[in-house]
Amino acid sequence: MPQISPFIIFFASIITSNMILSNFLGMCSYLSVSSEYKTATGLGMAVTLVLVMTTVINWVVYKFVILPLEIEYLQYIIFIMVIAALVQILEMGMDRYMPDLHAKLGIFLPLITVNCAILGVTLFMVIRSYGFSQSLMFSLGSGLGWWLAINMLAAIREKLKNAKLPPGISGPALSFIITGIMAMAFIGFSGIFTIQ
Amino acid sequence: MDFSIILRTVGSLALISGVLSVIISVAEKVLNNYGTCELDINEGQKKLSVQGGSSLLSTLAGEKIFIPSACGGKATCGLCKVQVLEGAGPLLPTEEPYISEQERADHVRLSCQIKVKGNMRLMIPEELFNIREFNCTLESITDMTYDIKRLRMKLPAGETINFKAGQFMQFYTKPYGKVKEEVFRAYSISSKASEHDYLELLIRLVPGGICTTYVHTALKEGDQVRLSGPYGDFYLRGDCEELIMIAGGSGLAPIRSLVYDVIEKGLPHKMRFFFGANTVRDLYYMEEFAQIEQEYPQFKFIPCVARPEPEDNWTGDTGFVTVALQNQVDTGEGKEAYLCGSPGMLDACIKILKEKGFTDQTIFYDKF
Repeated sequence: MPQISPFIIFFASIITSNMILSNFLGMCSYLSVSSEYKTATGLGMAVTLVLVMTTVINWVVYKFVILPLEIEYLQYIIFIMVIAALVQILEMGMDRYMPDLHAKLGIFLPLITVNCAILGVTLFMVIRSYGFSQSLMFSLGSGLGWWLAINMLAAIREKLKNAKLPPGISGPALSFIITGIMAMAFIGFSGIFTIQ
Repeated sequence: MDFSIILRTVGSLALISGVLSVIISVAEKVLNNYGTCELDINEGQKKLSVQGGSSLLSTLAGEKIFIPSACGGKATCGLCKVQVLEGAGPLLPTEEPYISEQERADHVRLSCQIKVKGNMRLMIPEELFNIREFNCTLESITDMTYDIKRLRMKLPAGETINFKAGQFMQFYTKPYGKVKEEVFRAYSISSKASEHDYLELLIRLVPGGICTTYVHTALKEGDQVRLSGPYGDFYLRGDCEELIMIAGGSGLAPIRSLVYDVIEKGLPHKMRFFFGANTVRDLYYMEEFAQIEQEYPQFKFIPCVARPEPEDNWTGDTGFVTVALQNQVDTGEGKEAYLCGSPGMLDACIKILKEKGFTDQTIFYDKF
């Protein structure tokens, strides 16, 4: 596979290969925590932070543990264990040293452990054989892209609170429709850069 | 199948999970270790040194201070509210739904959600602070009348109780006879509030009652009895000149405690105690109250017997307690009424008191 510039990967993962809008990963927290802009921002921030940390550590684990031991078939289990352990430690550390930040993000951290976007980014990184800097930029971009998407949905849903909607469409149904329209809009960017 | 693959799989999984668990335990030790924290409760009334790192709710429970909680610390019931003046950090999103604007201004927090991370200053309502469990020894069980027994119980060595005169305790039975389960019932404390290492309860036999039957038939001197408390908001307000006290049967218990409280504290209130009984057999503590009446002119004891027999030579008030009340209390002005007894008697008395100008703010009662 040709080496793609980390910066291309960064922008592509925000816009054209957005985790939510083109891969439909991390949907459950995206739908359930998007009714308020403020909490959506908190979750977006937490996802970005955890994504970058887990991807970097999983890259190290993949490169220096899984590959040398030839246990690629165990990568799913190992990646998930690493993610879970990391989120635990992150929560404890945040509670200790950044209590204000923990007060804002703390409740989202356990949710993130089971957010499939996190595992998804790690697995894409393995499938696409990214190097360290590529993985770093890919995870950062994916996190920001996820954050962007949930903030857009939350902003629209806040606006819609005052709108007169037909009862059958309001709630999750409308969220799916909005997400679909947003995804179509993002396809419009696909000519700019491609990574897959 | 290649045996080495199995070995490698198991080995590497064990290695990785082992390494991860070691990292987590070390992190827990380092990051979650907040050392010893000082909890200052009710402006220095009680100071606790506790190990930090757990929720305030469980930390307090470990110190035998029980904050009511129904959900067990999941932030879904919103009952475990505690005022935290210092050391709680910012309000958490999990608390927000349960904390009103007013409570936010008063620094009220959910004790299950906040973690003890350093020294804290808390305010805990006196009642909660006081509620405890006591494993007492039954020192004596005395017949007061043919159907009322007095239980005098000694608190465990070194333990004391602080209660407001008029409050009640919960009494736990042990399984006996056909009753296979523990039950608990509430009984008013009849002993003096100044007595901190003993508790007295007056228990009337209710035909078919599980707890009272247990007390009257199964309980023996020297037995261990489990109590919790004190509970209740039936206690002296004292914002008046005269206290009108009304009781029937074992309702005498909290009134006795109240009378002693007023006398021992040297309060200026005049007191009139109307004690209703059906027959002369139902009267008890007569000498004691007559004695108090003699020693303290502020106290008047008015026993009323509804149906005295001719051979009783009853010289006191005859008829229901409501009659005496009707004739002897002129107005509700400057008075507070304290009632304890059966619902029927209480309702009749409250009706008369209201006619005389007592209000919901000056009538206090314990119905049973």
